[in-house]
Amino acid sequence: MSTDSTDAIHARLLALAAARFEQDTSALGPDDDFFDALGIDSYRAMELLTDVEEAFGVEIPDYELQGVTTFGALATVIKRRL
Amino acid sequence: MIPPERYDSLGELLRDALVQFKTETALIEVNRKREAARLSYLDFTRAAEPLARRLQDHGVGPGDRVAIVMSNQSKWLVSAYAALFRGAVLVPIDYKLTGPEQVALLAHCRPSVLVTEYPAFRSMPGLEVPLVLVTEVPEGTDLSADRSGATVAERWEDTPSDRPPPDFVPRARSDQATLVYSSGTGGRPKGCILTHDNYLEQYRTLTQLFPLRTGHRYFSILPTNHAIDFMVGFVGPLAGGATVVHQRALRPEMINDTLRRYRITHMAIVPLLLEAFERRIDEQLDTRSPVAQQAFGALTRLNAALTLGRPRRHLSRRLLKPVHDAFGGHLELLFCGGAFVDRDRAQRFYDLGIPVVIGYGLTEACTVLTVNDLNPFRADSAGRPLDGVELDIRGADPRTGVGEVWARSRTVFAGYLDDAEQTAEALHGGWLRTGDLGYLDASGHLHLVGRAKNMIVTAGGKNIYPEDIESAFEGVPCDELAVFSSEYLFPGGALTGERLVAVVRAGAPDDAAAALRERNGRLPDFKRVRGLLLWPDAFPRTASMKVKREPLAEAIRAKLDARAIASI
Repeated sequence: MSTDSTDAIHARLLALAAARFEQDTSALGPDDDFFDALGIDSYRAMELLTDVEEAFGVEIPDYELQGVTTFGALATVIKRRL
Repeated sequence: MIPPERYDSLGELLRDALVQFKTETALIEVNRKREAARLSYLDFTRAAEPLARRLQDHGVGPGDRVAIVMSNQSKWLVSAYAALFRGAVLVPIDYKLTGPEQVALLAHCRPSVLVTEYPAFRSMPGLEVPLVLVTEVPEGTDLSADRSGATVAERWEDTPSDRPPPDFVPRARSDQATLVYSSGTGGRPKGCILTHDNYLEQYRTLTQLFPLRTGHRYFSILPTNHAIDFMVGFVGPLAGGATVVHQRALRPEMINDTLRRYRITHMAIVPLLLEAFERRIDEQLDTRSPVAQQAFGALTRLNAALTLGRPRRHLSRRLLKPVHDAFGGHLELLFCGGAFVDRDRAQRFYDLGIPVVIGYGLTEACTVLTVNDLNPFRADSAGRPLDGVELDIRGADPRTGVGEVWARSRTVFAGYLDDAEQTAEALHGGWLRTGDLGYLDASGHLHLVGRAKNMIVTAGGKNIYPEDIESAFEGVPCDELAVFSSEYLFPGGALTGERLVAVVRAGAPDDAAAALRERNGRLPDFKRVRGLLLWPDAFPRTASMKVKREPLAEAIRAKLDARAIASI
C-alpha cells in the first residue's frame, strides 16, 4: 500500500486524533463526522489540524476546509496537497 | 485620538486619521508565522487611493454599494476605506457563508462592485455583479472563464496606479454608511441599514470607556464583517492611530505566537474562544507539581482581592506571570461578545488579571448597547447602557421585572433593506425591539435571561433563526415538526446553553429521533437540532397552514418545562 493512498492518510488521521484527544478512534470510518465522533468544537478541530499539517508536512489554507467535517473529506484535502 | 464629533462621515474621519498618524504602523499581516505585510498609515493611504480611483472610474459614487467578501486581512480594511472615500455604502458579507448563500445576499443588495478573494470568487455560482475585484488569483488563471456577461472580473493587484488621485465624496451624518446582514443562513435576508451617525456615535461612546490609541495593537480574528470587529478592528483602531494585526491561517499555536511576537494589547473574541483559552490555561496548570498549583491558586486569590475595585495590569502581570506570558505578556483587554459569556469563566479571567469586557448588542444597534465598564468588574451582568442609550423593559413581569428589552439610541439602525414588514416589527416610534428578555437591576445593570423572539445565538456568535433551517428536516417521519430555540420555549436559562429543539408530534418517536440524527449528520454544526421535545397535540396553525409558534410555545410552557427536552 502506498503511503499516500487515501486509506493510509485516513489511518494516520485517526491516529493523530486518538493522540490529540486521548480517545479510541479504531472504530471510526471515513464518513464519520469528527465534530460528533470526537465530541469537539471548531477550535479543537483547528488544534487537530495543526498536528495534521505537521505530520504530513503540508499547509492547508482555511478556504479548503470550508464544509469539511468528515475524516474522509479531510483525507481528500490532504491528498490534494501532498 | 481624533474626536468624532467634528466629522460627518466615516470616510472623513478615517481620511483625517490616515494623515494624522502617517508615521505610525496601521496594519501588520502575518501568514502563519511569517510577516507578510506591514503598512504605515501613509502606506495605507497609498494602497487605498488607486482603488478608490478605480471605483470612481467605474462610476461608484454616493449611495452605490460596494460589497466585500474576504477573510480578515489588510486588503479588507484598505478596500473598505476606498469605498467609504467614494461615499459608497459598504456591504460587508460573511466570508464563512457558503458561495450560494453569498450569491443570494449579493442578489438581494445588488452592489456595483464586489471585492473578494479568489477561493470565494470561485465558489460563487451565478454571480452577477458589474465589477468584481479579486485578490490572490493564481498565476495563469483566466478570470473571465465561466462567468456570465454581467460580471467583469479584474485582479485587485492590477488596479492602475498611474491614474489621477481619486475625488473624496463627502456624506452627511444621516446618509447610509453600511448594509450589514444580521442573518444569512438561508431564509429571509435581513439587511440592516446603518448610517454614518450610527457609527460615529458608537465610536464616540465606546472610546469614552475603551479608547484604542497609538501604541495599542489589536489582533483581529473575529470576521471583520461582524459588527464587533468592524468597530474594534477597523474604525476604532484606525481612527485612534493603533495597529491592527491580521493572521492568515488561524491555528491555536499561531494565535499564541502572534500574541507574543506582536505584543498584542487588545483582542475581540467570541465565548467559544474564551473557553478554548481557559482550557489552555488548565492544560498548562495540569503539567505543574501540586505545590506549584497550590501556589498559583493562592496568587490568583491574591490578585483577585487586589483588583476587586479596578484592574491593576502591571501588578497582575507580576503576580501571575506564566498566565500573562501565555497571552503574549501585553494583553490589556479581551472584548467578548457575539453570544452570551459564561459568568464564572469571565470572572476567572478577571481574577487572573485579564479583564474580559462583556457587552450586549446587536447589529440592529450598530455594535453594543450595554457594556461592563470594569468599574468595578461585574461578571453577573451584561453591563450598563452606554452614554446616550436608553433601555426600557416592556411588558415586565411585576414579580421578576423580566420583560422584553427595548432600546433607544442614536446607534439604532434605520431599518431593513426592502423589507417594511420586518422593519415595522423591529422599530416602534424610535425604539428598537431587541427580542431579548431581561431586567435592569437597581444599579442600572442589564441582566439577560431569555429570548422573546425565536432565535439562538451560537457560541461562535452566529444568529440562527429556526424558521430558516426547518426545511432541512422536511420528510422526517412524524405527524408534525417545528424547530424552536430552547431559550424561547423555556426562558430563564443562562443563555450559554441555548440550542435548537425539534418539537415533534409522532406515533413512533424513536423513528423520528433516528431520522433527526441522520439529518443532523448532513448539516453544518450550527444548523443541527440538539434537543427533541415530544408533544401529543395537533399544532395550532394559520389559515394558510403555517404553524402558529407563539400559541404552540405557550401551550408547551403551560404543561412542560425544560427537563422535557431530550438530547439528541
